[in-house]
Amino acid sequence: MPSADRFDTIVIGAGMSGLAAGIRLATFDQRVLILERHSLWGGLNSFYKRAGRRLDVGLHALTNYMHPRSPGAKARPLARVLRQLRIPFADLQLGVQSQSAIAFPETRLAFGNDFSLLRGEISESFPDQLQGLDRLTSDIESYPTLSPAGGALQAREVLAGYFSDPLLIEMLLLPICYYGSPTPDDLGWAQFIVLFKSLYEEGFARPRGGVKTILDALRGRYLELGGVLRMRAGVERIQHDGKRATGVVLDDGEVLEADCILSSAGAVETRALCGQEPDRDREHQDTGQLSFVESISILDQPSAALGNPDTIVFFNSSERLVYDVPEGPIDLRSGVICCPDNYAGQEEGMPGSLRLTLLANPGLWNGFDDDEYEAQKASALVEGMAAIQPFAGDVRGHEVFTDTFTPRTIQKFTGHLNGAVYGSPNKRFDGRTTFDGLFLCGTDQGYLGIVGAMLSGVAMANQHALAASGQFR
Amino acid sequence: MNREHIIEAIEDIIHTIAPDEDLTGMDPDVRMREQIELDSMDFLDIVMELRKRYGVRVPEEDYKELATMNGCVTYLTPQLAEKELKLSV
Repeated sequence: MPSADRFDTIVIGAGMSGLAAGIRLATFDQRVLILERHSLWGGLNSFYKRAGRRLDVGLHALTNYMHPRSPGAKARPLARVLRQLRIPFADLQLGVQSQSAIAFPETRLAFGNDFSLLRGEISESFPDQLQGLDRLTSDIESYPTLSPAGGALQAREVLAGYFSDPLLIEMLLLPICYYGSPTPDDLGWAQFIVLFKSLYEEGFARPRGGVKTILDALRGRYLELGGVLRMRAGVERIQHDGKRATGVVLDDGEVLEADCILSSAGAVETRALCGQEPDRDREHQDTGQLSFVESISILDQPSAALGNPDTIVFFNSSERLVYDVPEGPIDLRSGVICCPDNYAGQEEGMPGSLRLTLLANPGLWNGFDDDEYEAQKASALVEGMAAIQPFAGDVRGHEVFTDTFTPRTIQKFTGHLNGAVYGSPNKRFDGRTTFDGLFLCGTDQGYLGIVGAMLSGVAMANQHALAASGQFR
Repeated sequence: MNREHIIEAIEDIIHTIAPDEDLTGMDPDVRMREQIELDSMDFLDIVMELRKRYGVRVPEEDYKELATMNGCVTYLTPQLAEKELKLSV
């Protein structure tokens, strides 16, 4: 019996994946509702305001950047996801990076949106490895970018078959781990390929105005199609009859029913919403452990004037990649330095700024009392700014404003346990859960980055929510 | 709809899905996917738009009939003969 509170599909979370899923469903006339607990949309790629400034949470770069008219671009993920969402490329207002770098103690490799830059750098610093690089790029060319199947192969062991110099392997892995590995020190081969293409072969861009520009394009499209979006509407639990999910109960007790539910809350988080008995071993294995502390400093001069002409510098202060949960609150031995004002075509009067991202230990950050928490945040910024000195121009003394967020902040606003931005180490590529009519999308489903998050929503909506109604396949 | 209308209807759907594709000069007897960039997700959108706009249901086993423009015309003529052309704005 149809009622006012019954939907074809309910989507939990108004992040990139949830909004993209909502657009697909609304395009084909489904009655769709997106529920978001927070007052802002965006999830792990959101924005916030401090002291009158709008700051981005997740965005260093939109990876997968390719201009739609460049050769082969139409078959690449960015163009494909925009076609599915029917959002014109121009609406993202993307400005391209200057160039970026991988900085190790003795060796630095520049890379940009044209792969030949990185290839040239490798031929100069690692002349005997160039053949391996060419073999790698040729072997992964036909690899399907949209089906990041599982498989047990790990990237390190496969890369050893292409490169005899271990330093080059460490250097190539650094940006790739930082931009998408849910596991320490290494990642699955399939995920490596997806990220290698999206970072090195495709490239980086930033929407003019920051992440909100993309989010508003998604949100606007969704609302224009008649989708319903409810903010400050947290899902307290998912209702089911033991076999099939039937609806959700909101924090305030309101019950909403749907034929299909797509959850971007995370795998473990979604199980908890279903009231499933926690299984400690499984919860531990399935909960991401890697998170970050990030500080944003607004500067009194453009980044380039302060000695930082690169858009992003991935630094690592030893010969061996550092990418693991630190023993202490943060790890100063590796990280990411991003200067968003080095993207082309940004907003008028955009000030210089520096975002510093360091690995963090979520357990420690969650355990600090309030005073200790504030003290640790302050010292993370000071120590971090000192630690990057060998790799970046010194901006200390030029900060007009700083803000720092931690795994605790991310967990608070997104509900993702440990503030694990790359989610569970165990991805569910098919999105299925133990319940019929309930599917995962977003970070725990398995696509990576902003474009990946949107693709996740599109793919899960196509395969499950449209399929369920006989509209697809 | 006659043959010209059906071609116009399909081209309009493709234009909605992939606005940057240039459809002029397409050979009606060659598979569309060889002439313009349409992946399998996009192809399914054509089927879904046909259903949304004209109430035509194309079962999965018949998708192959829609591979070329002339195939679309042949397959859709009986189903669209009595329908009005609807173009996206």
